[in-house]
Amino acid sequence: MRYAAGVDVGSTQTKAIVVDESGSIAGRSLIDTGANVVVAAETAFQNALRAGEIAPEDVGYVIGTGYGRYKVEFGDDQVTEIVCHARGAAEMFPETRTVLDMGGQDTKAIRIEPGGEVLDFCMNDKCAAGTGRFLQSAAAALGLELPELGPTALRGRRPVEISTTCTVFAESEVLSWLARGKAVEDILLGVHRSIGSRSFGLLRRVGIEEEITFTGGVARNEAMVAVMNEVLGVPTNVSEESHFIGALGAALFALERAQLQDAPTRRAVGEG
Amino acid sequence: MRVTAGIDVGSTYTKAALVREDGVLIGTGMRPTGFKLEQAASEALDVALEMAEIARADISYLATTGHGRHRVSARDLQVTDLTAHAWGARAFFPGTRTVLDVGGQTMKAMRLDERGRVLNFRLNDKCAAGTGAFLEKTARYLGYTIEEIGPLVEATAESVPISGVCAVFAESEVINHVSQGRAPGEIMFGAMDSLIEKSVRLMKRVRMEPEFTLVGGINRFPTMVRLLREHLAEGVNVPQGELVQFTGAIGAAVLARRRLNMLEAA
Repeated sequence: MRYAAGVDVGSTQTKAIVVDESGSIAGRSLIDTGANVVVAAETAFQNALRAGEIAPEDVGYVIGTGYGRYKVEFGDDQVTEIVCHARGAAEMFPETRTVLDMGGQDTKAIRIEPGGEVLDFCMNDKCAAGTGRFLQSAAAALGLELPELGPTALRGRRPVEISTTCTVFAESEVLSWLARGKAVEDILLGVHRSIGSRSFGLLRRVGIEEEITFTGGVARNEAMVAVMNEVLGVPTNVSEESHFIGALGAALFALERAQLQDAPTRRAVGEG
Repeated sequence: MRVTAGIDVGSTYTKAALVREDGVLIGTGMRPTGFKLEQAASEALDVALEMAEIARADISYLATTGHGRHRVSARDLQVTDLTAHAWGARAFFPGTRTVLDVGGQTMKAMRLDERGRVLNFRLNDKCAAGTGAFLEKTARYLGYTIEEIGPLVEATAESVPISGVCAVFAESEVINHVSQGRAPGEIMFGAMDSLIEKSVRLMKRVRMEPEFTLVGGINRFPTMVRLLREHLAEGVNVPQGELVQFTGAIGAAVLARRRLNMLEAA
């Protein structure tokens, strides 16, 4: 039995997925990227192998993706995260035509063809506004842990209007709302809505076509999903595995490459 | 002799200035703005009063400026930051035609006519990458406080290029440079370079012409002033030392005096 793997080295977290010959997930792992990107990639891969009880020599091909893809030193090739997210989203939700990927430091809108081919994409690579970092700053300012953000924001009833764009200034705006006596849940709901409206702008630039699949670590935040569904007016597809979708796409590409590599060999054997 | 007061409630610091009728500055006071704006204004004013050795009742007219100018109930007048800085810059240097003001959360460039009216202005208050907050963030990533930046950079000759696109993304850039063994001073120097580049671009957009007057808290750093002088070549004025941070407050006090004179003439 042969396997293939994808390692998605993100700015905040590193994800690894191992798939079997049928393309089903056989092992997965998620760790914080931390300061040493090379070690993070290696550790995530080893953990995924261990989780699936797979021997390293049974993995025929490894593709690195994400901002640290060139640090996947044991990888056979690199593919951009845009292409990998498109592929992974199409695999999980075959009717996907638009992908919204919200990660730790960037947000991307991708329009795809059936099958996951990328038609167009748009991302904020120059500014941290409207990314996971915006939520992280708000969490830090309010003294909350990241997993608490969603449930807290969902309790908000009268969201404040966050007027600043910049993540740095938003931190002080959050504190000033707090000083003016606003409830934490209303401030947080306001923060989520501000990210929601920026993401909507990004999506509009590539053209929104249903179905819309919401991927990346931030898609694990239920308040962010609720806000996006409200802004878009349609429910988005969200998978339990939303943060693994880039790694899954990479693993599926790796599987294709592994099979291509094998094909001529088999023919040679048959001819002989 | 009568005294007027100006209070500049900025995003980071609140500054108060007391100016005598004959134009002499007799007191200044500064407090971190925090979230109680009224209190910060009152405390900054008290510091200035103490320095001038006068009482609140001795103030004939009080003008406020800065982003928190509406929140000071004791004001007789409020003026925009642009007007206050224009008048403040001209109080120091009457020949001023271009003013650059870089504070904690804003960067402003404006061009004045010979009478001090604002002809044209551009400002950045949307993005921290073009403000003092960029230096503060960079320093924090390196483990330094804002007070330590000046001496650190003064002792440095070289700089590493910092893209300066986003104050948040700068963190990974800083981490990369540190892991490659670059000195913190060189990285801070690079951050200043990127801020200078942004300042000059903003001034070009208002069609800058000499004399230039540099104001705002950022000019506390001698390296910033030196680099700006290199870029602008001629006719660069900088208010002395601490005064650079009080330009808005002084401008407001001068405008308070003018208003008072007008009211009395009417």
